[in-house]
Amino acid sequence: MTLAKPLPPVDAQSRHYWEACNEGRLVLQHCLSCGYVQHYHRVLCSHCAATDLVDLEASGAGSVKSFTVIRRAVSSAFDADVPYVVALIELAEGPVLMTNLVDSPLEDIAIGEAVELTFERRSEDINLPQFRLVGGTL
Amino acid sequence: MSLRGSAAIIGAFDTAVGKIPDRSATALCVEAALGAVRDAGLTLSEIDGLVTCNSMAQPYMYHAEAIAEYLGMKPRYCATAAAGGGATFTVLYQAALAIDAGMCDTVVIAMADSLRTGLSREAAMIMQSSSGHPQYETPYGATVPGYYALIAQAYLHAYQARPEHFAAVAVSGRRHACQNPHAEMQKPISIEDVLASRLIADPLRLLDCSLVSDGGSAVVLTRADRARHAAHRPVYLLGAGEGRSHEHISQAASLVHSPARESGQRAFAMAGLAPADVDFAQVYDCFTPVVLIEMEDLGLCAEGEAGDFFLRGDGAPGGRLPINTHGGLLSHAHPGNPGSLFALTESVRQLRGGEGARQVPNARVGLVHAQGGILSSHCTVVLGTEEVL
Repeated sequence: MTLAKPLPPVDAQSRHYWEACNEGRLVLQHCLSCGYVQHYHRVLCSHCAATDLVDLEASGAGSVKSFTVIRRAVSSAFDADVPYVVALIELAEGPVLMTNLVDSPLEDIAIGEAVELTFERRSEDINLPQFRLVGGTL
Repeated sequence: MSLRGSAAIIGAFDTAVGKIPDRSATALCVEAALGAVRDAGLTLSEIDGLVTCNSMAQPYMYHAEAIAEYLGMKPRYCATAAAGGGATFTVLYQAALAIDAGMCDTVVIAMADSLRTGLSREAAMIMQSSSGHPQYETPYGATVPGYYALIAQAYLHAYQARPEHFAAVAVSGRRHACQNPHAEMQKPISIEDVLASRLIADPLRLLDCSLVSDGGSAVVLTRADRARHAAHRPVYLLGAGEGRSHEHISQAASLVHSPARESGQRAFAMAGLAPADVDFAQVYDCFTPVVLIEMEDLGLCAEGEAGDFFLRGDGAPGGRLPINTHGGLLSHAHPGNPGSLFALTESVRQLRGGEGARQVPNARVGLVHAQGGILSSHCTVVLGTEEVL
């Protein structure tokens, strides 16, 4: 039996984030009290604990904070993708998120390289944010 | 109130490690517990506290209670560590507090698992990678080596370090393991061997990664006044400290610094000692770059210089500051949650003395440090002999 790739277990607080992804938008949270921008969606600001948070749509621009090439898949669900890239992306708005770098030549990937947002349709309900190199350094 | 010197380890025991298919994780845990009690010269009836960690291969909802039932114990103090790594030393710290507070007098801390033969390889990998955030990390298919590779890549970039610096950690640990007949890995390796081993998650190679093992380990901790009559030289808990920043690596403030800085400072402050006073250290080595970051954050090396420390052989047998004298998770064994407990039993043996070829000369102060999550949750413990009390 081949395992399916994992889907995020969406909850009442994150539904909104994943619904935006379904529309091709990556949303962050902006704190109106202290100005902090955070990823992932929470009921409070993780910087000042205020609760007056509003959505901020990410521009999709960012740069590679770190990356690795996975040579041995976590499960058979990812075997066909090997080698695949897991990266941390620092968004232009400040927060860092984990992603795959897709459609990007392995030899061109380096810390500091500029990336742009794309999506992977993983299921009817889940549209997973992904990134790819745009060339040049942010 | 200070815990300094209020409790001592009087018993220590490791089961065989590696592939142990004829014993369940429960049986390994029980064997470790009984071995440590026997080593302390006590019987089970003299133990009134029990701490375990859950097993991935054979979990129980109430693990410590299940082990107590199996042993026929009715402990006053009973707790299960939720995870491994730093949590192992956190429960040691808490057991010392429980003793100090009068909740119990003598605690067995016993941990075991069978990651090697008790789980399929895929089940073990999926289980371990569940340390990722279920919504924002796990869907991207990272492995545990992958999470640590993100740290490794950042370390190379921040300090213009080279893969040789990581490899030197593995070589040093293997040299210690070759002096320890109980270690899984007994064949010497070179820097070239590490660099020639296959890539698992760039830049980490197979020999940068710790083992996947079966095995168990246990210690007996008691009140200092009771320890004086023990069968072996007591090993005193001089300091303990914890530090935390994030849980998931994508939320880490830094990829090249860790809360080992705070946990180390807190442990040294309680002990009234400094990094220069340490005769040996057991530093959590799930992957080679983690050792470099922890050494620097603990103040055992200057920032960005831990790689050169290992390249010079300073952490190897006979070096300036021997590191992971049993061979560590890289070369002794790594059964998962119980992994760091072997660093504690080894430290007890070193501070008792008489470890033969791998005895650190005149060892009086030892440091053990572990972390859990992905460079997230840290605990440092400073141990010492009666002379430094």
